[in-house]
Amino acid sequence: MRIAPRNTQRMAVGGMWVLAGLMMAALVFILGFVLVQGLPHVTWGFLTESPRSMGREGGIAPMIVATLWITGLAVFLAAPVGVATAIYLTEYTRESRLTHVIRFGADCLAGIPSIIFGLFGFVFFAITLGMGMSVLSGALTLALMVLPTIIRTSEEAIRAVPQSYRDVSYGLGSTRWQMVTRVVLRSALPGIGTGIVLSIGRSISETAAVMLTAGSALGFPHTVFDSGRTLALHFYVLAREGISMSNAYATASVLILAILGINLAAYWLMQRFVAKGVA
Amino acid sequence: MLLLLALSAISGLAVITAFIFKEGVPIIAKVGLGTFILSSDWYPGEGEFGIFPMIVGSLAVTAGAMVIGLVFGVGCAILLTLFSPPKVVAVMKPSVELLAGIPSVVYGFMGVVILVPFIRDYLGGPGLSVLAASIVLGVMVLPTVTSISVDALQAVPRSYREGSLALGATEWQTTHRVILKAARSGIVAAVILGMGRAVGETMAVIMVAGNSLDVPHGILDPVRTLTSNIALEMGYAAGDHRKALFATGVVLFVIIMILNTMALAVSRRRAGKVQAR
Repeated sequence: MRIAPRNTQRMAVGGMWVLAGLMMAALVFILGFVLVQGLPHVTWGFLTESPRSMGREGGIAPMIVATLWITGLAVFLAAPVGVATAIYLTEYTRESRLTHVIRFGADCLAGIPSIIFGLFGFVFFAITLGMGMSVLSGALTLALMVLPTIIRTSEEAIRAVPQSYRDVSYGLGSTRWQMVTRVVLRSALPGIGTGIVLSIGRSISETAAVMLTAGSALGFPHTVFDSGRTLALHFYVLAREGISMSNAYATASVLILAILGINLAAYWLMQRFVAKGVA
Repeated sequence: MLLLLALSAISGLAVITAFIFKEGVPIIAKVGLGTFILSSDWYPGEGEFGIFPMIVGSLAVTAGAMVIGLVFGVGCAILLTLFSPPKVVAVMKPSVELLAGIPSVVYGFMGVVILVPFIRDYLGGPGLSVLAASIVLGVMVLPTVTSISVDALQAVPRSYREGSLALGATEWQTTHRVILKAARSGIVAAVILGMGRAVGETMAVIMVAGNSLDVPHGILDPVRTLTSNIALEMGYAAGDHRKALFATGVVLFVIIMILNTMALAVSRRRAGKVQAR
């Protein structure tokens, strides 16, 4: 039997709507499930106390501090390098063998699994450079991991700046450096910001790499050479070892709220970027 | 100065490669490459290191994930670019990005809490299985596959679509006979990059795959992947055992590099084609 093309189309499009609906349902279900189970346990005390008896009781204050330290330091280290790379690739050189090599390096780095970054950070930062399992080792490892994201998004943002901006800047007698810093970077800023915000999100969610480099000490990290357990790792330990389900859900809720906030920030930056008519 | 900073990514890659290989290759040489990747005996205590079950595990889980990622990801991408009203796009695009932002441990946890009991009760087996890991990973690679496929579909010139519609084809005929064909290499690149993510994922897989050391015989059997082998044992490994975990990393690294190179080659060919038009 031959089905009329119109009906094939109806079936195909219907099928795709079902797929998309399932996907949306999965997203809503995951977020809803974790937040419903976890939010009631997220109290002021939970956010400000230290964990007691391996996390069975008490709060997650040291994990919040460790997460902020590691993420902040990683992005603080990676952002200048990533943006500088993007500037070099777009404004200071023509397409050459060298730019191909740099891009290839960034692409490959982006594809390397986080557990490999973890292995590397463990043997290089923690052992060879003698930093031990510490906030610093974790942050350096994560910085390498998010570097390609920052390079890529910054490069795209800088490329999207209209050529006329550059011509006018030159026309007014500026040097290349003045043109880059005062004209190009300023108008590419929301795009670069989006990349940085996404990197923050990736650093917060990362587990495997920080487990092998920053360790899982339960206390506050007082210096960057102390070990610290991030929120994501704390959640993993609580859930996998079945220490406390209510604290696991609560930690996951805090994580998810942070990610939601970060995504909203990235979305808002992106809208601004588009609204300016640059993208 | 800028050039120096620009070289940081490539030098980072070089240092990572050098250190992983330096730590891992000697033990592969000692055990023998053939034994290391084809033997099923992993008894670190007795100095027997064979990672064949983990290689099979990684491949099985990745293949399963790609079936889900491909069907859902490409389906959503087609819907987003060709068939849905702007309002739906405005909701779905950020949702896909949000799906990409959820930490992998949360996916793993949902797998343990919801999926694993479901499989155990209704399909049999221990629940922690290839199937559970494939579904969890499939959902995780969905955003990657969707967003790259959307780019590929949007890169197809409008004239193709208009030409096909003008010849009397329905929208769906146009989509699957013209647009999908023109976007094929981009979608292949999306799938390869998705595979890279699935092979490399660690924590979520540890939580739902069961981590058994046997070669799986069906999709309901538990497995251990290359990544989980490293993460599970790194905490207490020392000496040759630790080196063997680095060697597992070397195998993983090689697999990822092959996938990356394939993805790059495919997208480069596509870039060449677009220029030729």
